[in-house]
Amino acid sequence: MMVKIIFKKMLYLIITFIGISFVTFLIISISPGKPQDMLEFSSKISYEAKQKILKLYGLDRPIHIRYIKWFLRFVRLDFGNSLKDEKPVIEKILQRLPATLMLNTLSLSIIFFGGCLLGVLSSIYKNKFLDKFISFIVFLGYSMPKYWLAILCMIFFGIKLKVLPISGLRSVNFDYLTFFEKVLDIAKHLLLPVLISAFGGLAGLTRYVRASMIEQLNSEYVRFALSKGCDTKKIVFYHSFKNVLIAVVTILGLSLPDLIGGGFIFETIFAYPGMGRLGYEAVVSRDYPLIMGISVITAFLTLLGNFLADIIYVYIDPRIKYK
Amino acid sequence: MKKNSSLIAGLTIVGVLIIIAFFAKFISPYNPYEQNLTSRLKPPSYKNFFGTDELGRDVFSRMIYASRVSLSVGFISVGIATFIGTILGLISGYYGKFIDDFIMRLVDIMLCFPTFFLIILVIAFLKPSIYNIMIVIGITSWPGLTRYVRAEVLRIKSLEYVLSAKLAGLSSFRILFVHILPNILAPVIVSFSLGISSAILTESGLSFLGLGIQPPEPSWGNILSSGKDYIHIAWWLSLFPGIAIFITVVSFNLLAEGLRIFFNPKEKI
Repeated sequence: MMVKIIFKKMLYLIITFIGISFVTFLIISISPGKPQDMLEFSSKISYEAKQKILKLYGLDRPIHIRYIKWFLRFVRLDFGNSLKDEKPVIEKILQRLPATLMLNTLSLSIIFFGGCLLGVLSSIYKNKFLDKFISFIVFLGYSMPKYWLAILCMIFFGIKLKVLPISGLRSVNFDYLTFFEKVLDIAKHLLLPVLISAFGGLAGLTRYVRASMIEQLNSEYVRFALSKGCDTKKIVFYHSFKNVLIAVVTILGLSLPDLIGGGFIFETIFAYPGMGRLGYEAVVSRDYPLIMGISVITAFLTLLGNFLADIIYVYIDPRIKYK
Repeated sequence: MKKNSSLIAGLTIVGVLIIIAFFAKFISPYNPYEQNLTSRLKPPSYKNFFGTDELGRDVFSRMIYASRVSLSVGFISVGIATFIGTILGLISGYYGKFIDDFIMRLVDIMLCFPTFFLIILVIAFLKPSIYNIMIVIGITSWPGLTRYVRAEVLRIKSLEYVLSAKLAGLSSFRILFVHILPNILAPVIVSFSLGISSAILTESGLSFLGLGIQPPEPSWGNILSSGKDYIHIAWWLSLFPGIAIFITVVSFNLLAEGLRIFFNPKEKI
């Protein structure tokens, strides 16, 4: 059964993946302004030379052929070279990927643990002060533009108090620091981006955990366990929370794309050397191979995340197997 | 019955915002485009409530005009998204089979896309105008609603009144739009309100990056963006537009929350 489910999910994954890459390809291809426009306006280049260049980059072929060609190269993990500096796209992405993954793993963990904890607390102290306080804080985080919060924190912690660095991932003197100082330096640079990005994402999960926990706590098995004299803590964490956890995993999986790809503004503000900023630069400079590479890698990571969530799902909840 | 304070607060603030946007011309003390190079980057005073920007324009007036941008982008883009999302959800849930599979795959694809990247991509390649922004936000933010509407239709479809409507020989179009649609309208309206707040956030984010509303046309996002360049000397450029976005988003979220309680008075969690 398990193998069949995984196989089916894999198939969906591939279809979705092809869909995403094709849509991106289509947007890039049909939008006004082509790479060869630069050649059109130059009178110094002869017609033959133009044709030669078009042929070199495969721009003389129709869209679907170009997409298939791109796909065949992609299967071999060849994303082509960046138009800007002729470096291989894959190299440029791999250079930025760790920073983004680090930021997102950290903030996702905070969202996961924080959201679960706050949600459970809220459900236990339903309609009491603590619940209202948590709801309020979480509501603030949800409604606040993240980049605005980032700017305010930069002004306050970076410029007024001068306790935290406001940009980049490393200090200028990074190479001269000892190992411990290096770790501390990176941690200091990460603190604001991670916390702010987690703060914004906390709301959805907290609210969800709270609502489902309340539903669970009102159900009959909890009443039974209580009447049997079970420990309340045990009921909350061992029985009810387990049931809530299933959907939490799915929600986290779904929130991946915006965490990975939503770093545009964020990474631009903090001058954080991640994929978001690379993507922004690629879009602004119309670096087609790089745009394709980034969107495909982002989509792939997201799909992988969802796929893992689905698998974990089956493990957490054995009932799903018998569907 | 307990008073629905979220709904009242949300409605009031949204109402005030709409009035401000509508009567921007009469409320704003200065012309938002008028430059005054002798009074650049002046801090807030009784003359310029929110100070002046790098070209000496009155930030207060610019922000009042910017509310028009945010609200219209919010309403129209979410209108588009709600339209697409509801129709696709209805069709997908009601007809099932191949159509359902196809639409759900489409939804999966859209949900796996980093939406903001898609929006930036389209905006960067088209011209960043207010209409393009509305359309792009609209056609990228429907999938969540489609899933929801589909699930609701699946639930309602099996109810007896739908069966009896079928037996009475009503066309599926009529069943879908006259008999099923009204029953799922409540969550659609709630999601409309929630959608507006996220659309406003997206628009201001785009403008902040320079891909949204183009100066000299004022938008909260692009005022913030210039605020970032003068972060060391002019805090008011960063503070006030952010507060405006924040209040607007909060009010639409409150409205959504209030509407949710209004439509489901029993469910009080």
